[in-house]
Amino acid sequence: MIIVLCPLIVLMILGGVVALEATSLLSSVVLLGIVGFGLSAAFLILQAPDLAIVQIVVETLSLIIFIAVILKTTSKDTSTRGRGRTPHYVMAAAFALIFVLAASWALASIPPFGMPSLRMAEAYLSPNSLLQPTGAANLVAAVILDFRGYDTLGEATVLFTAVMGVLAVLRKTGRKP
Amino acid sequence: MRGMTPIVKTVTRGMAGMIFLYGIYIVLHGHLTPGGGFAGGVMVAAAFVLVFLAKGSPEAVSEAKKERSSMAESLGILTFWVLAMIGLIGGTFFYNFLTKGKPFRLLSAGFIPLNNIAIGIEVAGALFAIFITLAVLKAGGKK
Repeated sequence: MIIVLCPLIVLMILGGVVALEATSLLSSVVLLGIVGFGLSAAFLILQAPDLAIVQIVVETLSLIIFIAVILKTTSKDTSTRGRGRTPHYVMAAAFALIFVLAASWALASIPPFGMPSLRMAEAYLSPNSLLQPTGAANLVAAVILDFRGYDTLGEATVLFTAVMGVLAVLRKTGRKP
Repeated sequence: MRGMTPIVKTVTRGMAGMIFLYGIYIVLHGHLTPGGGFAGGVMVAAAFVLVFLAKGSPEAVSEAKKERSSMAESLGILTFWVLAMIGLIGGTFFYNFLTKGKPFRLLSAGFIPLNNIAIGIEVAGALFAIFITLAVLKAGGKK
């Protein structure tokens, strides 16, 4: 599992870095797709088909929306690069160093791979208590829609609020010219 | 916005319905197989997006469609919330008030399928409204 996962993660990181450096916005959006589809493959390898399906369809749709918007507007990357940005690079390197040190200090104390530190899902997922409370054959659906319905309601509210924001910002009526 | 070539239009005519049906299948079987309301809703929205991108559309139609998909989104989240509130009669918020049925049947698991359908409608409406607003309509309004 780790042997397949590590090259995949390296490929995703490379895709993200090249997407930052690409001069055309269209190619950087397509390169960003590497990260999304790589994440979907990683979910499949880690045996989470529910997340893999969601990730792959959301990635496809957001890629289409990005490309449609870029084709309608502009594909030029207008950010400045090169001279005058040395302080930025120095600050980024310093932040990366601090982040790596802090992460290595924090990651030393987490449990090993595949052993979650939170144990509260065990009550839902133990074999003798699974099908009696909900009757759902899909564990994930049972957890997100019954045991943890609050979380899903909050998630749906986040999506609802995002759409309200998009519709309010890009509205046609009532704008000042 | 312009449509695409006849090849894309012809393929879309056959494929869009199947993608739509597959999305509905994923929503309805959310409590049995991987997937569920979110993934199926995105697929339903993707079927609409495919038709819109392939065939192109006059902007007057899109404005009405935006209103309708936004309304579908609001109805979806309202249904989800009402289903959660009905549970208050049985005791708690999000109480599973329907009978559980036999596992592995389509009609089982109480109100989880209904929740899946509500989430599917909400996600499909939300993503399609965002797509219409960002990609089809002119962002700047009239100039």
